[in-house]
Amino acid sequence: MNPLFVTFAVIVTLLMLLSLYRTVRGPTVFDRMLGAGVISTKGLILLCLIGFAYDRIDMFVDLALTYALLNFIGTVVLAKYFEHRTEQEAGEGDPR
Amino acid sequence: MTILAIILMAGGAFFLGVGSLGVLRFPDFYTRAHSVGKADTMGGMLFVCGMIAHNGLHLTSLKLMLIVLFIAIANPAAAHALMRAALRSGVVPWMKQPEEDEQGSKEEPTP
Repeated sequence: MNPLFVTFAVIVTLLMLLSLYRTVRGPTVFDRMLGAGVISTKGLILLCLIGFAYDRIDMFVDLALTYALLNFIGTVVLAKYFEHRTEQEAGEGDPR
Repeated sequence: MTILAIILMAGGAFFLGVGSLGVLRFPDFYTRAHSVGKADTMGGMLFVCGMIAHNGLHLTSLKLMLIVLFIAIANPAAAHALMRAALRSGVVPWMKQPEEDEQGSKEEPTP
């Protein structure tokens, strides 16, 4: 294992824990989705770093590409869903 | 080449840390989305560019470059979609000093 990539993987994991606080405690549902998006961006980078650490980046890069696509589509679809759902419940205060 | 990779990845780690700090500490949703849309995108791109510099000329580097391109397009677009959905569903932007009228209830801030 290359110690350079392991060090960076530990740093990225600690930053993911920092973002997890916002995902758990976020006041609105959009805060939670934002925190989940940050975590999945860092997870994409962590996947590449693990691939380099195990010298199998030719396999892990395809997984990372697929993960990036799924992350983007999931965020946009959930944003559309909560936008329409909170329009139907208009007048009942902030969306939680 | 390894030196360049270390420099790029350290810069990426710095930007990712600033983005995470912004998500953790900013006062409302819109400022947090601003932090995600710029600092986090920059950090991810720098990180993957550092991996490209470590990998050299290879087919895998082309795929990593595709990841860089995709992060540059998709991450701000996702932040923008979230922000538009929040604005349309009525999340109130944060004001520095919320003004109060005589009844003590908060005045509706103008967006």
